[in-house]
Amino acid sequence: MATTPPAKAATTNKKIEKASEPKSPLFSTALLAGWLVPGAGHLLNRRWMRGGLLFAAIGLMFILGLLMQGKLYTANPSDPLDFLGFVGDLGSGLMYIGGRLFGVGQTPVQVVTADYGTKFIVVAGLLNVVAAVDAHNIRIGRKS
Amino acid sequence: MTLAPSHFTAVLLFALFASTVFGITQRSEPRAMMRYGIYCFVLFAGSVIVASWLMYFIHR
Repeated sequence: MATTPPAKAATTNKKIEKASEPKSPLFSTALLAGWLVPGAGHLLNRRWMRGGLLFAAIGLMFILGLLMQGKLYTANPSDPLDFLGFVGDLGSGLMYIGGRLFGVGQTPVQVVTADYGTKFIVVAGLLNVVAAVDAHNIRIGRKS
Repeated sequence: MTLAPSHFTAVLLFALFASTVFGITQRSEPRAMMRYGIYCFVLFAGSVIVASWLMYFIHR
C-alpha cells in the first residue's frame, strides 16, 4: 500500500486549513460608524474610554483647524494636490460633510496660521480613517 | 472666532492629538497605549526641537 510522504501530507493539510478558514469581512458597521463619527466605531464595540478619547482628539483637531481658518478642500481632479487634500478631508466623515453644508472652511487665506489649520483638518481625517479601521479590527476579533 | 497659535503651540497640539490616536490604535493594552502615546508625543515634539536647532545653526 502506498503512503503519502510526510512533507506532501503537511502541505495538503495546510491547504485544507487555509480553505476552511473563515474569511475576514472587508466591511463592518463599526468601520462605517467610525468613519462617519470619530470614535463611534469603538463605542459600538463597547470600548467607551477609547471611543471618547478618539472623539475628543479627532473632533478637537478638526475644530481647531477650522478656527485657525483652515481650508476644506473640494473634489478638484485637475489639481492632484487639491484632490489628495480632498481625500484626506473626506476621512472626517460627517464633520467634513457638515462643514461643507454650512459653508465653513471656504474663507480666503488671510493669516499665516490658516496653513496650519488646513493641515490639522487633513490629518484629522487621516487619523479618523486609522481609528475606523482599528474599530473594524476589534469588531472582527483581530484586536482586543 | 478665530485662533492664531504660535508655530510651537500648533506643534504641541498636533503632537498631542496624533499621539493620542496612535496610542489607542496601535496597542492593545491600556498601559502599552499610554506608553506608546507618550513615546510618540516625545518623538513628535523632540524632532521639531532638534530640527529647529539644526536650522538655526545652518542659518548662522
